[in-house]
Amino acid sequence: MKKLLKMSKTSKQNYITYAMVLVVALIAGVMDATGNMSSLMSGLLVPVCAYVILAVALNLCVGILGELSIGHAGFMCVGAFVSAFFSKLMASTIPVAWIRFTLALILGVGFSALIGFLIGLPVLRLKGDYLAIVTLAFGEIIKNVAAVLYVGRDSKGLHFSLQDTMSLGLEKDGEVIIKGAQGITGTPNDSNFVIGVILVLVTLIIVNNLVNSRDGRAIMAIRDNLIAAESVGINITKYKLIAFSISAALSGIAGVLYAHNLNTLMSTSKNFGYNMSIMILVYVVLGGIGNIRGSVFAAALLVILPELLRFLNDYRMLIYAVILIVVMLFNWAPSALAFREKVKAKWKKTPDSTKKEVA
Amino acid sequence: MELLEVKDLTIIFGGLHAVDGFHLSIKKGQLYGLIGPNGAGKTTVFNMLTGVYRPTEGKIFLDGKDITGKKTVEINQAGIARTFQNIRLFKKLSVLDNVKVGLHNQYHYSTLASILRLPSYFKVEEQMNQKALELLKVFDLDQDADTTAENLPYGKQRKLEIARALATGPKLLLLDEPAAGMNPNETLELMKTIRFVRDTFDMTILLIEHDMKLVSGICEELTVLNFGKVLAQGKTADVLNNPEVIKAYLGE
Amino acid sequence: MQFLSYFINGISLGSIYAIIALGYTMVYGIAKMLNFAHGDIIMVGGYIIYVAVATLGLAPLPSIVIAVVLCTLLGILVEKVAYKPLRNAGSSLAVLITAIGVSYLLQNAALLIFGSSTKAFTSVVTVPAIHLFDGQVVISGEVVVTVITCFIIMGALVLFINKTKAGQAMLAVSEDKGAAQLMGINVNATISLTFAIGSGLAAIAGALLCSAYPTLTPYTGSMPGIKAFVAAVFGGIGSVPGALIGGIILGIIEILSKAYISSKLSDAIVFGILIVVLLVKPTGILGKNIQEKV
Repeated sequence: MKKLLKMSKTSKQNYITYAMVLVVALIAGVMDATGNMSSLMSGLLVPVCAYVILAVALNLCVGILGELSIGHAGFMCVGAFVSAFFSKLMASTIPVAWIRFTLALILGVGFSALIGFLIGLPVLRLKGDYLAIVTLAFGEIIKNVAAVLYVGRDSKGLHFSLQDTMSLGLEKDGEVIIKGAQGITGTPNDSNFVIGVILVLVTLIIVNNLVNSRDGRAIMAIRDNLIAAESVGINITKYKLIAFSISAALSGIAGVLYAHNLNTLMSTSKNFGYNMSIMILVYVVLGGIGNIRGSVFAAALLVILPELLRFLNDYRMLIYAVILIVVMLFNWAPSALAFREKVKAKWKKTPDSTKKEVA
Repeated sequence: MELLEVKDLTIIFGGLHAVDGFHLSIKKGQLYGLIGPNGAGKTTVFNMLTGVYRPTEGKIFLDGKDITGKKTVEINQAGIARTFQNIRLFKKLSVLDNVKVGLHNQYHYSTLASILRLPSYFKVEEQMNQKALELLKVFDLDQDADTTAENLPYGKQRKLEIARALATGPKLLLLDEPAAGMNPNETLELMKTIRFVRDTFDMTILLIEHDMKLVSGICEELTVLNFGKVLAQGKTADVLNNPEVIKAYLGE
Repeated sequence: MQFLSYFINGISLGSIYAIIALGYTMVYGIAKMLNFAHGDIIMVGGYIIYVAVATLGLAPLPSIVIAVVLCTLLGILVEKVAYKPLRNAGSSLAVLITAIGVSYLLQNAALLIFGSSTKAFTSVVTVPAIHLFDGQVVISGEVVVTVITCFIIMGALVLFINKTKAGQAMLAVSEDKGAAQLMGINVNATISLTFAIGSGLAAIAGALLCSAYPTLTPYTGSMPGIKAFVAAVFGGIGSVPGALIGGIILGIIEILSKAYISSKLSDAIVFGILIVVLLVKPTGILGKNIQEKV
C-alpha cells in the first residue's frame, strides 16, 4: 500500500514536470505563431530548448552522480559538429528532413556518448576539484580541435586536416565541409521549436526514469557515500561511467539541436568554451543541485533573462551578475537561510516549516 | 565447518605493525565478538576482511575460499557485509532505497528497461520493494520507509545500516560498534535484534563492541586485541575472566 | 639560438602564470574554493594602471603601487561581501557560482566604464633589452623584469609563510580551520589576508602581462586566469613552490608548442599535458595525497 503510494508520488512529480514543460511550450508557441513575440525572443526558442537539455544533462552529472564537470559544453560541441557534418554531407543524398535529422541525432548522440565514455574512463577516478579541472581541460581541447578541424570531400572520399584547406589536397570537384575556425556553413535547418520541446521531454523522461531505477539508486549511492556503496557490492567505475556517458550523450542532443538551428556552426569560446560550461553550471546550481525540474526552469529563465533585461541597455549584464550573486547569497548563505526561516515562522506562526523537496 | 578462517594477518603502515599475526576462526552461525582497547586495531581488521586495506601478510578464507587481497566489491559478493563505526548511510536516499541499494546485486534488469519502463522494470521493482520492506520490518523501520535516511534518529540509522548490509545476502555480517551512541534501552533492544537476525537468517556475525553488557550478553566467543596482537581468545566467560585481559582494560 | 629565445620567452610567460597561480593556490589552500574571479582582478589591475599612466599622467612605478593597493582592497571587499557569507554553506558549489558571478560583475563593470574596444597599454617597464650572442638572442626588458619579479615574490612569500606569525597562521588555517580557531588564530583575518595578498599579486601580474602583451580588454584576465589555475593544479594546488614550477612549465610548453607545433593548437596541447600529469599523479607534481579514513 505504502510503497505504491510512494511510487506514484515520484512519478506524479515527474508528470507534473512534463505537463509544466508542455504548457509553457504551448504558450510560447502560440505567442510566437500569433506574432506576440519579439523576433529576438522567437529566435531564442530553439536555443532555450538546447540549454535546458544541457542543464538537465549536467545535473545528472553534478546533482545525481555528484561529480563536478566544467566541460559539458565540449560534449555539446561533439554532438553539434558530428551531426551538422552528417547533415551537410547528406543534404542531397537524404532529402527528407526528418529522416536526415533523426539519423544526425543518433550519430551526434552516439559520438558524444562515446567521447564521454572515453574521457570518463581515466578521469572518473579523480576526485572533486581535480575532476572538475580535467573536464574543463577536455572541454577546451574539444573546442580547440573543432576550431582547427578541416574536412573536405571529393571523388576519392573524405579528407581530414588540422592545418588549412590546402593541406586537404582535394581534387577539383572537392568541397570543403568543415572549414577550421569558420566551421560548417549551410547546415540544413532541420530543427525547430516543436522538435526542441520533444527532445526536452525525451531528455527529462530518460533522466527521471534513470534516477528512479536500480541504476539510478546505485549512482546516487555512490554520490552519497562511496565507501558504503562499495561495501554493498556496487561497481563504482561501472555506474560512474554509465551516468557520465549518459550525461555526455544528452549534452550531444543539445548540440544536435543547436547546430541544426544555425546556418553557420563555429566552435568559439562563447558557445563551446569553458565559459559556456560554467554558465550551464550556474543554471544547475540556481535550479537546485539534483533537482531536475529546477534545472529546466532555471535554464529557460536565465537564457531569456538578458533579453528580458534589455530595457536596461548597457547595464543588463551587470545587473545579471548582481542578480546572480544576490540569489546565491540569499539561497545558500547560512545566515540568509536562518533569516528566511525566521520570517517564514512569523508568517505561519508554526515553527514546523522545514519541508525540503528534492526531485 | 569454519565459515571464516584468518591466518597470521599482518598489516604494516609505514613501519608500524598496526595488526600483527592476527588469527581467528568462526564457525557458521556463531555470534563472535572482537574487543580491545581503543587503537588496538579492531577496525583495521574489519578493513582487511572487507578489502578496504590489503594485508601485508596472512590469509583470509571465507567458506574455504581464499579472499585475501580481493576488492571490496568482490568480497561483498563473496558473502561479507559490514556496518561502519561512523555511520555511512546513503543519506539523501529514502530508508527504503537504502535497503534497495543493498539488494542491488540480487535483482536485475537492464538500464534500457529502466529508461523505457519495460515490464521487467515494474516486475523486479515490485519484488525489490517487497523484499526491502520485509527486511525493514525486522528492524521495525517499515513505518519510516519513505523518510530520508539523514532524518532518522541515530539509533534507527544504526539499524538501517544493519538492514542494508543484510540486504546484500551475506554469509558473514561484520558489525562495527553497533551500540555506539545508544542508550541502555536501545542497546537492549539491539541485542534482541542481533540475536533475532542470527536465528532467522541463520547468520554468522562478528562484531566489534565496547559495551561489555552487550558483548557478554550475546557473544559466544571472543577475541581480544591489544596493540595489534591477539591477547586472548575463547569462550566469552573465560576470556573476560582472563587476568591479562582485565589488565589490558583496566591498566596496571 | 631561436630555441633559446623561445625558451626564455616561455619562462617569462610562465613567471606571469606563476604569480597569478599563487593567488589561486593560496586561496584554494585556505578557503578550499576555486576563485574564478581571480583572473579578473588582473584585468582590473591592468585598467587601473592604464588610467593612472594614460589619463592621470603618473609614472609607471606609482601607478603600479596604486593598482596593487586598490586590487588588494578589492580582493578583501569581494571576500567579505560575496564569499564569507557562504563559507559554511551546504554545498561548496555555492561559493564557486558566486565567484563566477563576481567574475561577470567585474568584466561587465569594466565593459561599461571602458567599452569593449581594445586599449593600447604602454609598457611599464623601462629596463633596456639585453642582447646576447651578437644580437642573435634578444631578451626584452619586460622579460628580465618579469622573471626577476616572479622570483623575488616567490622568495618573499616563502619567507613570509615560514618566518612570520601571520604566515604560520595561514598554514594552520589551511591545515585545519577548526583547530586553528581553537588555538586562538583569527581565521577570518587570516582568510582576508590571503585574499589581500593574492589580489595584490594579481595586480602585479596585470602590470607584467599587459606590458608583455600590450592589449587590454575586459576579458584580458579570463584566459590567463584559467591557465594560471591550470598551472596551480599542475604543480599541486595548495603548494607555493608547486605554483612556481607549474607556472613556468606551463609557460614553456605553451610558447614552444606555439613555435614548433601549431599556434592554434597550443591551448589544446597545454590542457592535454595537464590531463596526462593529473592522470599519472592525481594531485599534481608537488601535491599531497589525502585518503579518507574508514
